[in-house]
Amino acid sequence: MGASNNGFSVIGKPLPKPDAVSKVTGRAIYADDMLPARTLHCRILRSPHPHARIVSIDTSAARRMPGVQAVITGADLPIKFGILPVTQDERALEHEKVRYVGDPIAAVAAVDEEIAASACDAISVEYEVLEPVMSIDEALVETKDERIQDYGGPNNIHKLVALEFGDVDAGFARADHTREDVFFFQGNTHLPMEQHSAVATFVDGRVTLWSSTQVVHYVHRALAKVLELPMNRIRVIGAAHGGGFGGKTDPFAHEIIVSKLAMLTGRPVKCTLTREEVFYAHRGRHPVLMWVRTGVTKDGRITAMHFRSALDGGAYGSYGVASTFYTGALQTVTYDIPAYRFEGCRVFTNKPPCGPKRGHGTPQPRFALELHLEKIAHDIGLDPVELKQRNFVKPMTRTVNWLRVTSCGLEECTERVLNASGFRKREKKRGHGMGFAISSYLSGAGTAIYWNDMPHSEVQIKVDRGGVTAYCGAMDIGQGSDSVLAAIVAEELGIQPADVRLVTADTDTTPIDLGSYSSRVTFMAGNAAIQAARKMREMLVEAAAAKMGAPVEAVAVGGGRIGDFSFEDASILAEARFGTLTSAGSYTPPKIAGPYKGSGVGPSPAYSYSACVVDLDADPRTGLVHLNKVWIAHDVGRAINPLLVEGQVEGSVYMGLGEALMEEQEFRKGLHKWPSMLEYKSPTFLDMPEVETFIVETVDPEGPYGAKEAGQGPLLPVIPAVSSAVFDALGVWIDEIPVTPEKIVEALRRKEKGEAARFGPARFPSIPYPACIKVEPPAKELDRAAPASI
Amino acid sequence: MLRLPRFKYLRPKTAREAARMASELGPKAMFVAGGTDLFPKLKRRQFEVEALIGLDFLSRQVRAGADEAEVDAGVTLASAAANEHLSATFSGYAEAAGVVSSPPLRNAGTIGGNLCVDTRCNYYDMTYEWRKAIGFCMKKDGDICLVAPSSPRCWAVSSSDTGPMAIALEGMVTLAGADGERELPVAALYRDDGIDYLAKQPSEVLTSLRLPVIEGNQSAYVKLRRRGSIDFPIAGAAVALRLDGATVTRCRIVLSAVASYPLEARAADDFLTGKTLDEETVRAAAEIAAKPAKPLDNADLTHFWRKRMVRVVVEQALAAAATRGGGSMVKLLGQHPG
Repeated sequence: MGASNNGFSVIGKPLPKPDAVSKVTGRAIYADDMLPARTLHCRILRSPHPHARIVSIDTSAARRMPGVQAVITGADLPIKFGILPVTQDERALEHEKVRYVGDPIAAVAAVDEEIAASACDAISVEYEVLEPVMSIDEALVETKDERIQDYGGPNNIHKLVALEFGDVDAGFARADHTREDVFFFQGNTHLPMEQHSAVATFVDGRVTLWSSTQVVHYVHRALAKVLELPMNRIRVIGAAHGGGFGGKTDPFAHEIIVSKLAMLTGRPVKCTLTREEVFYAHRGRHPVLMWVRTGVTKDGRITAMHFRSALDGGAYGSYGVASTFYTGALQTVTYDIPAYRFEGCRVFTNKPPCGPKRGHGTPQPRFALELHLEKIAHDIGLDPVELKQRNFVKPMTRTVNWLRVTSCGLEECTERVLNASGFRKREKKRGHGMGFAISSYLSGAGTAIYWNDMPHSEVQIKVDRGGVTAYCGAMDIGQGSDSVLAAIVAEELGIQPADVRLVTADTDTTPIDLGSYSSRVTFMAGNAAIQAARKMREMLVEAAAAKMGAPVEAVAVGGGRIGDFSFEDASILAEARFGTLTSAGSYTPPKIAGPYKGSGVGPSPAYSYSACVVDLDADPRTGLVHLNKVWIAHDVGRAINPLLVEGQVEGSVYMGLGEALMEEQEFRKGLHKWPSMLEYKSPTFLDMPEVETFIVETVDPEGPYGAKEAGQGPLLPVIPAVSSAVFDALGVWIDEIPVTPEKIVEALRRKEKGEAARFGPARFPSIPYPACIKVEPPAKELDRAAPASI
Repeated sequence: MLRLPRFKYLRPKTAREAARMASELGPKAMFVAGGTDLFPKLKRRQFEVEALIGLDFLSRQVRAGADEAEVDAGVTLASAAANEHLSATFSGYAEAAGVVSSPPLRNAGTIGGNLCVDTRCNYYDMTYEWRKAIGFCMKKDGDICLVAPSSPRCWAVSSSDTGPMAIALEGMVTLAGADGERELPVAALYRDDGIDYLAKQPSEVLTSLRLPVIEGNQSAYVKLRRRGSIDFPIAGAAVALRLDGATVTRCRIVLSAVASYPLEARAADDFLTGKTLDEETVRAAAEIAAKPAKPLDNADLTHFWRKRMVRVVVEQALAAAATRGGGSMVKLLGQHPG
């Protein structure tokens, strides 16, 4: 849908991506395409047991095989790492204990991959097999053998959090109606088209790593730690990227392994994971069990909410502490909740570690919250949309948990999808249903992964003989961050995006950017790019004005010209005047986190908003669901490139539908049940229904040209909207994701028998949450005159 | 990445030469036509061979005669699905060919390959490393059945879409051996065993399928699968019917993906023959047909649900065959337009 142009020449235009042609014609160089001379190929031996102590590892037979150049084990890489400073619990190779089927144990570098694979098979490992812990319930009780990790607790609990904002008990006391529900969201994985791949060289005492990663900076730090090299001896470069969705946001074992093997052999070493190994690398959606209790007045205003979550974290920490907080953080940025209690728990299990997947920790509670509010509306005889609307947050407010809401297009998004879909006038017919849901997401996490005071993103611009180069650490993972950088620099300098050369995601040549996660790049790198480009423009304008003998205000910038001069001539004038033409810009998010422990998760300089309607047919006999159409409206603040925004929104819908209807990270006999793209069901594009997208522009006061995020938020409302549409069609609640045909049939059977007309978890377990940290809520209205930070 | 193992590729010019090569090499060699199922299985080490014998000499013609159609084994699934004569006279067969896997794989996969396609089990269709971790099963490298550990046999599931339809249409296949050719009813091509699921000699090459023209026969194939775009069947019904007015004068119902071989529903055929086809008899016949189907926990979704769905696909296939040209009954996820 169209977006406004408001006097911009590049911003707001639906331009194709700069790398589109190279990607669709197969010319982009992905990590696996790289084959430097004398490259060795690496394969990793992985644990066949979900939980075991390693008694011994014998690599002698593997070492003797012709073509094998190096074999390493955990003894060669003993230093632990992890994405979060508080959970440095991973080793590139484990030599003491394995914690899931797929945990890396040894690695081989050989002249070809077949030899490396045979050598892995020839390594003999003696295990002392331990009882695995495969569910949240099992993790909460004492284990038969030993705990999975030696920190956290009691039992296999990793993390417990408990926060209370405002007087929750008083809120429930003044409610006319309260309701409790239990929901379960099954885990699922990112399933990027490109498997993880990395190539390392070791030349002149320096490691260079090309990798399919979302976060070159964090990989850089982990390599320095584990390889015990100064950061200036390591260079990490993001290769062309075939998709991450959060799955390439941790530093990974194979990245460290190829670097170590390159150091040992002096030859380039490459490792491309198999699809099965990608399922083991995982870091995907946590399975989350949720309990929620909400009080409302008789006219549907929320008086208090109590939300509990239990996350099945898998074997390691990964982003899990943050994920745990996220399951309780963003409920308040869509609905005005005057008193809120959140208790969260993450457990360790003997499965591949969970972490951030598109929406990080928030799709699960969003699913629960949207359905829960609908049920409350049915209880008190109110239209569910009306109940939700009565509780919508307002722009320029602060939530009970201290989150600062600036622009907010919730109302407009809602109206757009309701009107376009005819939701309010829909025909009530058994087997046909429509569902509505809303959501919100961050435009970048307000705090970095590790404590530091550096800006979150920096951009440098060099103008030289008429050429413009922008340097930024941001990694284009397909979301279009390169397009955004080029568009912004071009807009400010009055040229076209194709005139801007980009150097990105290279720790040697580009300044810091924290990476492509938490939907932060457009907002943060975008603001840094504006700042750098405006400084450059000033120099060009000043030089042009001097030559013209005119004041700087008289120098027009645009159409490839600076005042009376072509851009190239103006750049020569400016270079003559100032010397080498470089400029820099940076972005540091406002310090807006609330005054409590754990407040670092949730704050963002701005929140995007989405609303969605799903139309489907659900067959009562078979439980089969046929999607007819999806309407989605997304408040992106301003669309810097509406074509890419639509792409992100549609991609989010697609991923959300897969999670809603079929994707499941399931386990059997301690193993991932189906680590294959054929058996792990995810929709193909032939399974996609029509999607109608509306871009809503609220022009955020702090976003670049008013822009906010688009890459993650639109996934969130799709999932509850599907389940809600099934209820609309058949009168049964599927309180568990994915909504499979067998669950629908079972819920209908229960309804017929007079039992509760639902399918979902029966109960929430007893969890030893600590006493709540009580936090006084902030003043609700934002003071527009005061600085944004507190 | 998962790599193909090293193998020799042999290129015979005739079926007889291919059969001779196969009998000389024994289990060390396999035939390859489209390779769409074979190559992934080589990568996963489900098949381990020293040589592949290419069948690209097979002709790729569909010959429409007054008495029968002869479909060469090398005809791709895509061209069989698009063939006008097959669509008009053996519509269920064209339909079945058109719902195998995905569009790119139908362009490579052949009708011979789909008739002979390996049985499937989600304990078996996994990589070497995964199978080693869970413990090898009797179908490859091990000696027990993981889905039914007390069972002496393998319960891998017959996953051909076109096989059941060819049986319902009373088709015959031609098998070429080193010493000559023989004909076999398609029904006799299969055995009730997840491992030795084909009754042909391993060295025999399936060279063609012949479908007899049965005056007034109407056929349909309904396939259930999670994604209409790619998946193997998790239940399916092939129906060929002849009606005199509303009275069934001939009926063949064959089920896919509910046993280790295409399951013929003879009792349902007998029940329906001579009866008026209406909602009630369709339901009753579907119930009879579904009774012997015993899905196990070795394919997508739960086997309880799959068992319930067998009746549904039979009803739908009966209705579709009966109303041929008038459209089918219910929209199934597995029936994607185009």
